[in-house]
Amino acid sequence: MGKMFNTISGKQIDSQGKKIGMWFFLYTEILFFGGMFLLYSVFRSKYPMDFHFAATEESIVLGSINTAILLTSSFFIALSISAIKRGEKRLSSCLQLATMVLGFAFLVIKYFEWNAKIMKGIYPDSAVLLQKSKGTILFFGLYYVMTGIHGLHVLIGIIVISFMLYWTVKEKVTRANYARLENTGLYWHFVDIVWIYLFPLFYLIT
Amino acid sequence: MNENLPSEPSFYEEKGRYRGILSWLMSTDHKRIGIMYLAALLIFFAVGVTLGLLIRLSLLSPGLILSAQRYDEAFTVHGIIQIFLFIIPGLPVAFGNFFLPILIGARDVAFPKINRLSWWLYLTGAFIVILSLAIKGHPPDTGWTFYAPYSVKSQANISLAVFGVFVLGFSSILTGINFVTTIHRLRAPGMTWFRMPLFVWTLYATGWVQMLATPVLAITLVFIILGRFFGVGFFDASKGGDPILYEHLFWIYSHPAVYIMVLPAMGVISEIMPVFSRRSIFGYHAMAFSALGIASVGYLVWGHHMFTSGMSDTARIIFSFITFLVAVPSGIKVFNWIATLYKGSIEVDSPLLFALSFIFLFSVGGLSGLIIGALATNLHLHGTYFIVGHFHYVVFGGAGFSMLAALHYWFPKMFGKMYREKPAKLGWLILFIGFNVTYFSMFVLGFQGMPRRYFDYPPQYFTGHLISTIGSWFLAAGLIIIFANLIKSLFTGAKAPDNPWGGQTLEWQIPSPPPTENFREIPVITERPYRFGRK
Repeated sequence: MGKMFNTISGKQIDSQGKKIGMWFFLYTEILFFGGMFLLYSVFRSKYPMDFHFAATEESIVLGSINTAILLTSSFFIALSISAIKRGEKRLSSCLQLATMVLGFAFLVIKYFEWNAKIMKGIYPDSAVLLQKSKGTILFFGLYYVMTGIHGLHVLIGIIVISFMLYWTVKEKVTRANYARLENTGLYWHFVDIVWIYLFPLFYLIT
Repeated sequence: MNENLPSEPSFYEEKGRYRGILSWLMSTDHKRIGIMYLAALLIFFAVGVTLGLLIRLSLLSPGLILSAQRYDEAFTVHGIIQIFLFIIPGLPVAFGNFFLPILIGARDVAFPKINRLSWWLYLTGAFIVILSLAIKGHPPDTGWTFYAPYSVKSQANISLAVFGVFVLGFSSILTGINFVTTIHRLRAPGMTWFRMPLFVWTLYATGWVQMLATPVLAITLVFIILGRFFGVGFFDASKGGDPILYEHLFWIYSHPAVYIMVLPAMGVISEIMPVFSRRSIFGYHAMAFSALGIASVGYLVWGHHMFTSGMSDTARIIFSFITFLVAVPSGIKVFNWIATLYKGSIEVDSPLLFALSFIFLFSVGGLSGLIIGALATNLHLHGTYFIVGHFHYVVFGGAGFSMLAALHYWFPKMFGKMYREKPAKLGWLILFIGFNVTYFSMFVLGFQGMPRRYFDYPPQYFTGHLISTIGSWFLAAGLIIIFANLIKSLFTGAKAPDNPWGGQTLEWQIPSPPPTENFREIPVITERPYRFGRK
C-alpha cells in the first residue's frame, strides 16, 4: 500500500500539492496564534499604561540579539534550500545544521530571560505578580504563554530540521525531491515572522 | 466511461503488508479509513444516544435515577461525545474519506499518510476523552461548551477532556487540509470545478471552515489547561482577565463548527435528490456558491450565542443582521432541492425519505434559528429548551438524518450488500415521529420558560417533559430498527449491483465494493454531473 503514495493520479511526486498543503497548515497556525494576538490586543487596549510599564522589565538587548539570531537562521535555511536545488548536498547540510544551532541559541537566551524573571518571582500565579496591577499580571501571563508557545514551535522546528538533515545526508532529500525541505523552510520562516510580531509587542512598547 | 472487469478484487480483499486488524489500522487506503471512521462514529453515536435517553428518563422524575451532579455529567458527556466524537468528524471523515477521491476520479486523497495520522489522532483524542470519564474523580460537568470560569475552577477531570478535544481538533484540521488539497490537485482530467458533484463542493467549503476555525478552538482549550495548571488568568476577572473573551473565542470556532456538521449534510442531500427524482439538480451553480457563502458568512455570526452575555447594542445588531444573512444561502438550497423534485419521476426509496425529512427538519431548525437570531425574542428564549430544540433539529434532524440518508444511499457501494427496504422505511417512520415528539415539545417547553441544563423543574413543565421523554423512546426504537436492518444486511443481504439507484456520479460507475485503486484507468470527464433524461 506504500506504493500507492507514489502512483497517485499517475504522477511521481506532486511537490506543488505538498507545498499547497503546507500553506494551508500555515493558515491554521496563523489562526492558532491569532487567538493569542486577539487576547493581547483586547488586554492592551484595556490596560495600556500597565503594559507600558511592565514592558520595561524586558531586556531589549537580549530581545534584539534573539531577533538577529532568528532572522539569520531564517536566512540560512533559505540558503540551504538554494544549495540543495543546485545539488550541493554538503553545503545544504551545513546550512541546516547552522539553522539548528541558531534556533538552539535562541532557546538558550530565552531560557535565561525566563529564568531571570522567575528568580524575581514574576511568573503566572506567583505571590509577587498577584500583588501587581491587573494589566501587569496579564502582560506577564501573555508574555509567558506567547513566547512559550512560540518557543515550543522553535523546538519543533529544530527537531524537524534534524530529520531534514538526516534525510539530506542519506540522500532522501535531493535536488530532484526537496519539497520536504522547502516546506520546513516555510514553517521556519513562519516561526520567525511570529517572533517579529512578538518582539515589538513585548519589548519595544515602553 | 471506464470498463472495470468484474474479476477485479475489492479493497476488502487487498493483500497489504499487514494481516488482521493491522491491515486496517496501518492502511492508508481512504476507503478503509472511511469504514473505520464510520464504525467508530456509530459506536460513539450509540453511546451518546444512550446518555440522551438517560437524561430524558431522569427528567421524568428528577433525583430518582441520577443525582444532580450525575445529571450534569450526563448531559456534558452526551454533548462532548455527540458533538466532538460523532457529528463534527461525521460525514467528512466517514463518507468524505470513502467517496471524495472516487467522486473526483482520484485513487486516493492527496496525503494518504496524513489521512491515516488524522485517524490515529481521532482514536487518541477519543481515548483521552473516555479516559477523563474512567479515571478517578468526576467526569466533566461543565456542559460541552467548557465555559470559563467554571471550567477553570471545576474539580472534575476537565483538563483531560479538554486535551482530548484538542487532539480531536488536530485530527479535524489535518482532514480539512487533506481534502482541500485533494480537491485542488487530484481532480481527474476534465473534472473542472463546475463538473464536481455537489458533495465535493460542500466538502471543499467544510475543509476551509475546518482549517480556519478549528485552530481558534485549539488555542482556547490551551488557555483553559494553562489556567488550570499554571493559574494563567486570561478568563479570570480577579487577575484582570475576562470570561466573556472565552465565550468569544469558543464561539468563533463553535459556530462555524455547526457548518462543519451541516455543510456536508447538505452535500449528501444534493447527491440524493437528483438521483431519486431522475432530474438534474436545479441551480447547480447556486448550490455550489451557496455552500461557499454559508462557509464564509457563517464565520461571522458567532456573537449571536452571546446576546445576553454583555455586548454593545451595535455589535448585537450587526451579529443579528449577519445571522439573518446566513439564512439566505440555506434558503436557496432548500428551494433548489424542492425545485429538483418538480416534474421529476420520483422513486420513494429510503435514501430519499431520509433526505426529504432532512429538508423538513432542517427547515424547522433553521427557521427557529431565526427566531433566536432576532434580538428581542432571543432575550426571552436564550438559555431555554427552545435552544435545545433548535439545536437538535439542526444537528440531529439536519446532520444526523443526512448521515442516515448517506448510509442508506451509499451502503450498497461501501459494503457490496443490499439492505431490506421495508424495515428501513419502518425505522425511518418511527424515528421521524419520535424525533418530532421529542424535540418539538422542547420548543414549547422553552417558550414556556423551562431553562436548559436544569436538573429539576416546577410541576407546570411536567407534561412537556413527559411527552418529550415518551418521544425519545420512539426515537430510540426507530434507530434500533434502522441499524438492526443495516447490520443484518451486512451479513445476509443480497449482493449489490454496481449501480442500484441509477446514479450518474463516478462512484456508481465502478464495482461495489470498489477495487483498491478505485479506477482501472483514471476517467476523463466530459460532462456535468447529474445528467438525467438529457443527453
